Amino acid sequence: MRSLTIISAIFVKDLRVEWRNRETLAAMCVFGLLVVFLFNFAFAPGREESLRLLPGLLWVSFAFAGIICFNRSFAVERENACLEGMALAAVDPGLIFVGKMLANLLFLGIAECVIVFAASLWYDFSFLPSLKWFALITFLCTTGYVAVGTMFGAVAANTHMREVMLPVLQFPVAVPVLIAGIEASTGALKGDPPATYLGWIKLAAGFAVIFTVLSYLLFEYVLEE
Amino acid sequence: MVSKYFGDLAALSGAHLRIEPGEAILLYGPNGAGKTTLLRLLASLDRPSEGRVLFGGKDIHRQAAKAAIGFASHATFLYGDLTVRENLKFFGRLFALPRLENRIAAALELFRLDDRARTPVYKLSRGMQQRVSLARVFLHEPQFLLLDEPFTGLDAATVAILETLLRQLPVEGKSVVFSTHDFERGAALARRLVALESGRIRYDGPLALVPRNLLPVTAEKPES
Amino acid sequence: MSKTLSFNAHLLVTLVWVVVALGMVFLYAPQEATMGEVQRIFYIHVSSAWTAFVAYFLVFLGSVGYLWKHSPEADDLAQAAGEVGFVFCSAVLVTGPLWAKPVWGIWWTWDARLTLTFVLWLLFVSYLMLRSYVSSPGRTGALAAIVGIIGFVDVPIDYMAIRWWRTQHPQPVIAGGESSGLDPRMWVTLLVTWGAFLCLFSYLLRQRMWLAEARRELSALRRALGIRPSED
Repeated sequence: MRSLTIISAIFVKDLRVEWRNRETLAAMCVFGLLVVFLFNFAFAPGREESLRLLPGLLWVSFAFAGIICFNRSFAVERENACLEGMALAAVDPGLIFVGKMLANLLFLGIAECVIVFAASLWYDFSFLPSLKWFALITFLCTTGYVAVGTMFGAVAANTHMREVMLPVLQFPVAVPVLIAGIEASTGALKGDPPATYLGWIKLAAGFAVIFTVLSYLLFEYVLEE
Repeated sequence: MVSKYFGDLAALSGAHLRIEPGEAILLYGPNGAGKTTLLRLLASLDRPSEGRVLFGGKDIHRQAAKAAIGFASHATFLYGDLTVRENLKFFGRLFALPRLENRIAAALELFRLDDRARTPVYKLSRGMQQRVSLARVFLHEPQFLLLDEPFTGLDAATVAILETLLRQLPVEGKSVVFSTHDFERGAALARRLVALESGRIRYDGPLALVPRNLLPVTAEKPES
Repeated sequence: MSKTLSFNAHLLVTLVWVVVALGMVFLYAPQEATMGEVQRIFYIHVSSAWTAFVAYFLVFLGSVGYLWKHSPEADDLAQAAGEVGFVFCSAVLVTGPLWAKPVWGIWWTWDARLTLTFVLWLLFVSYLMLRSYVSSPGRTGALAAIVGIIGFVDVPIDYMAIRWWRTQHPQPVIAGGESSGLDPRMWVTLLVTWGAFLCLFSYLLRQRMWLAEARRELSALRRALGIRPSED
């Protein structure tokens, strides 16, 4: 199907561009790790405390790593007016969005794994017992976050002060998934029965679906003059 | 009749233009005359503030129209980190071109880029990057070619390739509209002249018949 | 009816209504049992909040209208509603602490309602910031419309998320007044006050939209005369 070809062309292109110099991934991981590291000075938690603080700390870290990702995603395109090149190719703008969103999702996912791994070492906390649920929650919340972030990344790329504009746009809108991520993760890591945080999972899933579809529909308005 | 504003500035006012297949049109005028604006409107990259751009009688913002149009400007639309071949392949896939590998090979050969197919674009000189950009434009074999200052910044070899191609296109029934500061070169390649000044079309007709009084206005500003 | 006359009439109605509302707030509404006179700020606080939400809905309507029809009037509506709504939303966040401190002893609490209002305030701020910072003026409408639509769709989800969050981590609640049985006279006063605020809001909205329209006409005139911006 032509749509899938185009999505995969854009997805692969984003991956390939990133693979050449890996700057974005490096920046995301370093920044995420720095946030986790700085929290250590703020709290220096013991094991019980860790449980209370880790979800929040992780999600703040993910949130900032994501911002770096979305900014860079469109900085690449702006260098040689590449988005216009894609506009010339009569590509359905929604497909450009999906391709870039999937690429960003992959990058943020990788950074999240690195950050979680570092956190588990530094705070002597094992994520393994609750890995399945924790991964599901993180995946759903990240998807919603990336959907909005990719869209706002494109919007912010059209402004002055674009690096500042993106978080200003992103964070208020992302409040539900951040709350959901933190609350559900807390439940999962404590070993609570999934039923207690199922509501949050449904919220995150709903958010992801709504904003992916909405962004897909609205993306053409970012591209046109 | 289209107009394009940027805030208070009317980059283009009341422009009316008709392009048939097989034409070679030179778009001429001083800086800020509106040449780039007009070309971008024709390429469907910008929307007019007033009026409409039509392709085959229907609005230009459709897939069928875009597949038949090619546009090149000083922005190359290329990804610096990817190689020449990877860039061409990406655009080919966006246009869903059949027999892509063949087309890429043909484009590389036409623009003599074979030996540089594996080079990342950022490593190429400015002139070479423009050459790759042109190869990208020709990849989907457009019926209407719109080129914004295509000769600027090109090396001699690429200029020669481009001139040959531009002569060839009208013969094949394709059209090309290009703007340039170099009137001599442009006049040698085109049959019809559209002269712009301050956002308005001052002349639109055969090159041979252009009134003398227009030429001093334009030819006496030799920009390079 | 000419524009000026219409505006003046609107202003007059607004002034009268506001005076009536204030009168009711201070004279008609009974004094609240526990909180004393300070409680009267509740009418302003809640009316501002409800008006701010109405404003954001108008931002949404204007945004949708603009993307659908490309009409500058729709964009004017979105912009005006964004600016005036921001003022009313700020009023909520100012009257909140003014009320909370004397009554409960704390300036602020992250209860569900205040948190949601703060998020709404952030949405207004980001919307207005975006409008200011767009590089190319012709694109402002479309980009702002996208942000407006996404923001508005986000609000109900925010409401759900914040409410659940607060039920899991209960905090002191300010403005418990609403659900904890209002005297009917209080209800009447509240509704009248809200009406006054809506009247004021709509007046400011119309003024702001008229200003935007005037600017566009000025632009067109400048274009027609060929005045370039640098020659201003």
